[in-house]
Amino acid sequence: MAEIKKAEEVKHPINQVHGSLQTADEFNNELTTLNLGPTHPATHGIFQNILQMDGEKIVSGVPTIGYIHRAYEKICERRPFYQITPLTDRMNYCSAPINNIGWWLTVEKLLGVKTPKRADYIRVIAMELARITDHLICNSILGVDTGAFTGFLYVFQEREKVYEIYEEICGSRLTTNMGRIGGMERDLSPIAIEKLRKWLDEFPKVWAEFEKMFNRNRIFMDRTQNVGGITAERALNYGFTGPNLRAAGVDYDVRVMNPYSSYEDFEFEIPVGTKGDTYDRFMVRNEEVWQSLRIIKQALENLPEGPYHADAPEYYLPPKQAVYRNMEALIYHFKIVMGEIDAPVGEVYQSVEGGNGELGFYLVSDGGRTPYRMHFRRPCFIYYQAYPEMVIGTQLSDAIVILSSMNVIAGELDA
Amino acid sequence: MAELTNQAVLERLTQKFGEQTFTDIGEPYGLLTVTTTREQIIPILEFLHADEFLQMNFLTTMCGIHYPSSKDQELGMIYHVHSLVHNVRLRIKIFFPIADPVVPTATKLYATANWMEREAFDFYGIKFEGHPNLIRILNVEDMDYHPMLKHYPLEDGTREDKVDLFFGR
Repeated sequence: MAEIKKAEEVKHPINQVHGSLQTADEFNNELTTLNLGPTHPATHGIFQNILQMDGEKIVSGVPTIGYIHRAYEKICERRPFYQITPLTDRMNYCSAPINNIGWWLTVEKLLGVKTPKRADYIRVIAMELARITDHLICNSILGVDTGAFTGFLYVFQEREKVYEIYEEICGSRLTTNMGRIGGMERDLSPIAIEKLRKWLDEFPKVWAEFEKMFNRNRIFMDRTQNVGGITAERALNYGFTGPNLRAAGVDYDVRVMNPYSSYEDFEFEIPVGTKGDTYDRFMVRNEEVWQSLRIIKQALENLPEGPYHADAPEYYLPPKQAVYRNMEALIYHFKIVMGEIDAPVGEVYQSVEGGNGELGFYLVSDGGRTPYRMHFRRPCFIYYQAYPEMVIGTQLSDAIVILSSMNVIAGELDA
Repeated sequence: MAELTNQAVLERLTQKFGEQTFTDIGEPYGLLTVTTTREQIIPILEFLHADEFLQMNFLTTMCGIHYPSSKDQELGMIYHVHSLVHNVRLRIKIFFPIADPVVPTATKLYATANWMEREAFDFYGIKFEGHPNLIRILNVEDMDYHPMLKHYPLEDGTREDKVDLFFGR
């Protein structure tokens, strides 16, 4: 990693499959402008790309984003901490629990609340389930974009089962609003554990079949290998994180580098690719699903006894029975619900390994009930910039495949 | 390799740029934070990028901030850089007057700075000198204000159903 070039020194790399870039000249000077999006069935979200095509080849691409911008950073400046979690749900909605828990970790760091081990382990289970569903969607949609619909429908049944487990953990499915300051809102119920065990039993078979269908599939390999590759050096310069960076060969994983929520207790491997192309990204995600399963199994087996939330009455809602009988509990209940808890002055940066990269929360507090400034480091906002560079010289069908292999989630992109 | 401490990072920086370059040095929650001037920010980022000892060549994120009450230092940019080799982060802040919101661009060094700077321009109206394509990114192009500035209230001030008599919000 010693020699990393500056951005301006690098010219657009020559695409390995399609040869050098063909541009218009005096004999062949007609470029076609193609509007890919904003609502294109193959882009899975609202992205617009204005592509300049020379025949079949893409000469340049200009992405336009912001179609579902909802000004979350501004809204956060008026909302107490409890009301910000539902916003984080709606960023990367494919793996909402990771966003929720990342947000709680940020707040806990600011407030100095220490979570008990049991809460950490329940959170790890929820986050790894979320990572599996995130990768499952991304990889199966990649299959759809290369023409294989079956795998997508097949693994989506499993996502449904994961959502049922979410329901047992927190009560909701897609936008989970999971966890509270200091832990979880309820303990892992016996039904949740039962469902989880059943799923852990059944899912590996499904995922093995999914892998069997794609990993050595000639058509899939031809469509994805050497398509949309990026070097480790360029990926770092573009701020790539998560599976996309690991596919390029850099073993950066926040769970290992800066362990949070007791990740240091678990044994797992970080898969890395070599070329950073679409196939590598697909394979890295496949392998990460297996590693996540390993983590969930370890967490479930070693689930510690004890409380599932920290003893932090100022921040953690008291049980409802206590609110009716106990004056103190009533006061805390009122203060928390009305958002009257003041945070200390300070600034925190906390990051978690999201489904598609390092999800960072930068929170500046001036001592009030709301953040003074809230900035989300949304991984796909940062790495989607590289999309034009990755599609230049490829064909339209490759551009679709590259987009879906990058796992760009519109909600997170536009925040 | 010996573990790189915040102290060592700071020493290395002050050795290169002099002590007067950095003010407000602190370690909130273990993350070394320094404040510098906008003239120095690009040389510092370039030094961190090129330095073989620190290897801080990953720009994690950058964002703008607005403090209306601090005179001539109203706007700010906050850079988070990360050394993936040493796993040490550094936060660099710069502040400048809102009347003259011009900052040199970091896009020559980091390709990733492109959209981050466009976002800061969109939200705060910070102009990045030398940026290849400084246009709005998340909001519509014909918007005539920068919405994250503190003097734009989030909600419509004329609404009466939202008046809170008990808490004064």
